[in-house]
Amino acid sequence: MTTQKVKAALKNFGLPRLIIAGFLLLLLIMAPFVGADLPTQISNIINRFSWNGILVLAMVPMVHSGCGLNFGLPLGIISGLLGATLSIEFGFTGPLSFLAAILIATPFALILGTLYGWLLNKIKGGEMMIATYVGFSSVSFMCMMWLILPYHSPNMVWGLSGKGLRTTISLEGYYIGALANFLQINIGSISIPTGTLLFFALLAFCIWAFLHTKTGTAMTAVGSNPAFAKAAGINVDKIRMLSVIMSTWLAAIGILVYEQGFGFIQLYMAPFYMALPAVSAILIGGASVNKATIMNVIVGTILFQGIVTMTPTVMNNMIHMDMSEVIRIIASMGMILFALTRKTEGSK
Amino acid sequence: MNNEKAPLLEMRNIKKDFFGNQVLTDINLKLNEGDVLGLCGENGAGKSTLMKILFGASDITSTGGYGGDILIDGQKVSFASPFEAIAAGIGMVHQEFSLIPGFDATENILLNREPKKGNVVSEVFGDRLDTLDRGEMDDRARAAIEKMGVSIDQHMMINSMPVGHKQFTEIARELSKEQLRILILDEPTAVLTEKEAEALLDSIRGMSARGITVIFITHRLHEILSVCNKVAVMRDGVLVQEVPASETSVEQITHWMVGRDVKGGGASISTRNFDDAKTILKIEKLWVDMPGETVRNVNLEVKEGEILGIGGLAGQGKLGIPNGVMGLYEAGGKVTFEGGEIPLNNPRKCLDSSFAFVSEDRRGVGLLLDESLEWNVAFPAMQIQNKFLKNYLGGLIKWRDEKAIREITEKYIDELKIKCTSSKQNARELSGGNQQKICLAKAFALEPKVLFVSEPTRGIDVGAKALVLDALKKFNRENGVTVIMISSELEELRQTCDRIAIVSGGRISGILPASSSVEDLGAMMLSNVI
Repeated sequence: MTTQKVKAALKNFGLPRLIIAGFLLLLLIMAPFVGADLPTQISNIINRFSWNGILVLAMVPMVHSGCGLNFGLPLGIISGLLGATLSIEFGFTGPLSFLAAILIATPFALILGTLYGWLLNKIKGGEMMIATYVGFSSVSFMCMMWLILPYHSPNMVWGLSGKGLRTTISLEGYYIGALANFLQINIGSISIPTGTLLFFALLAFCIWAFLHTKTGTAMTAVGSNPAFAKAAGINVDKIRMLSVIMSTWLAAIGILVYEQGFGFIQLYMAPFYMALPAVSAILIGGASVNKATIMNVIVGTILFQGIVTMTPTVMNNMIHMDMSEVIRIIASMGMILFALTRKTEGSK
Repeated sequence: MNNEKAPLLEMRNIKKDFFGNQVLTDINLKLNEGDVLGLCGENGAGKSTLMKILFGASDITSTGGYGGDILIDGQKVSFASPFEAIAAGIGMVHQEFSLIPGFDATENILLNREPKKGNVVSEVFGDRLDTLDRGEMDDRARAAIEKMGVSIDQHMMINSMPVGHKQFTEIARELSKEQLRILILDEPTAVLTEKEAEALLDSIRGMSARGITVIFITHRLHEILSVCNKVAVMRDGVLVQEVPASETSVEQITHWMVGRDVKGGGASISTRNFDDAKTILKIEKLWVDMPGETVRNVNLEVKEGEILGIGGLAGQGKLGIPNGVMGLYEAGGKVTFEGGEIPLNNPRKCLDSSFAFVSEDRRGVGLLLDESLEWNVAFPAMQIQNKFLKNYLGGLIKWRDEKAIREITEKYIDELKIKCTSSKQNARELSGGNQQKICLAKAFALEPKVLFVSEPTRGIDVGAKALVLDALKKFNRENGVTVIMISSELEELRQTCDRIAIVSGGRISGILPASSSVEDLGAMMLSNVI
């Protein structure tokens, strides 16, 4: 009886997750032996989880409404970046600038999300492919806009010409650590960004709660069988639109949280590839193209970020050569590839 | 029959279990050349599994194979894949169509067996690059279609065909195989009209005369009696009876199938008179653009509290009526309900006016296959009538009330005798009959004033059929709900309804009391067929 329960639990957890969790455990065990500092590494994983969690969470609404994985995440990220840069431009400083950035990013996310949702409603069935190119083209478009838009804050524009935003903008004096420093816990060399984790927990709870409401139930049903939902009087397009807007807004908030932890705003091509790690994380967490839970988000983000941080460190220490960037790319792209091969699990 | 010769097909002690769940136990069966075997049994009795074993289907081999032996001409055979079974002369027409939608009938019939002509390129690169011999293909396809004694346009694309023609195309594909010796037909008449079914039965007789052995699975028992020379009845994975068809009757077969008595056809016709009742629903000049079921001009008055049956041949538009009124397909005209006009093309407005609809497309429209029974039953009522919700913050947050949802689901599981492991089971895992009951429960939970039920018994077995029809009647009698039931089976309409409207050519050709004879109703069906 108990063995059966264990078996059922293991089956529920899924083989791919077991393999990755095993590999992560192996890396953690190896770390001290090859001379990497384990507490620093654990601290790293927790931090990276706190930066990326909300970006992964942004996948959930669209998966539920049957729009697939949100490869158009960069669109939301751009809304966040507009919020961030405008907040600085308007002269907000300190933690207040974080709040201002969220408030300014929100209308952009709503407008861009609406347009994006309208587009996705026109091309039902091919959402993920279209979303990818929406993401890519919006990033390219903004590459021009960052140069053209009349920003003046000396902290952000190029020093010589005095116009056009720099590729990387430091958040020192603005909202660096706005959440992370709140109730931060330091044990030896492990530091836990309590504020960021709480903020993630709050948003995750909101999404969980939303999925238990009437509209949230309708969203899941639309994803499960649009014809059924239509016959039950649901306006399918409206629900899909709502899910896209939610996804886009979460992506905007997600990038702001990422920046406050990372310490810099990255513009131009930086958002280009940001959808892939988030997509991979949720797939590794056990989501399928039309089913995703908050647990998938948490497990997936920890596993994905854990592997991506641990692999280069352990490998570098093993071969005594600095190839961290190369290994990081191999590991993260490998993970994405692995995750995408898992995509067909589930019932689509 | 020649007893000295080994039988064409013999099955000995066939056993099969799916993960410890025994679905077939010691099946023994012998068939000679030219035999027509009628195989019947309730849904889930193991008929399809037995046929899949014979056909070497991959879901058998991948779940651990089967026990026992299959012999053809006295030689033991074991098919690892359907290709081997086809090579040995077995053909199968499945319940679900396996046709390529964008190809025409000829191409589907001869797929991968096309007659070919050599050309310059294929001389060099091998025969995979031969040119198709279109003329020869047409001849062979025509021959195969003629063998069935029906006329279908062999150049029509599959996706623009009515279901009946698709079925014939599938059968023609099997008939065009020269090595064909055993043909398995898995519920081929389920989607056919009576006329088409009759043509199919004729062609089965023809095949038998040419020495082809046919295994015919169907729920329509009178078909078995008219065409088969042997009848085998399965129940719960056991072959309970095998008798010559001449020695049995529909009642007896039904009795064997369900292991209990089921009220026979023709009984319990009780027509009520609603002439004085007020008109609850009035449909005027309705047209509906539903592919294959076009409605051209329907005028209909429905009396409060009655069960109105809508019958007619397939493709004449009877299915278009509920789908159009409920806003699932583009429609025009005027629908008045309790004095107010109901806008068309807006499912929400219909549902708000307390209509409910059980779709004929159970798996496509009727169910959330990957969600729990609870969701399936409660969802429409939750979305439309705000039932099963808890309100917080003055109605700002409408929280799903899991407890109320479970209660209502369990109530209907009990009432409709739905077989399931729990109310949390996914709808996909239930059998067809039980899925249909879930669809009814979903509509009942809406507590509608008018209930449209489209083909409520399509593809479900005798036992479940009686339960579904009784549940409908009971719902109508006890709650005073007006029911409009659309069905292809006249007998079923006569047993359940008070009046029957016959649709033909997209128009109502007449309305008769349900006590009218089948002949009268049948004549009306054919009146202005197009």
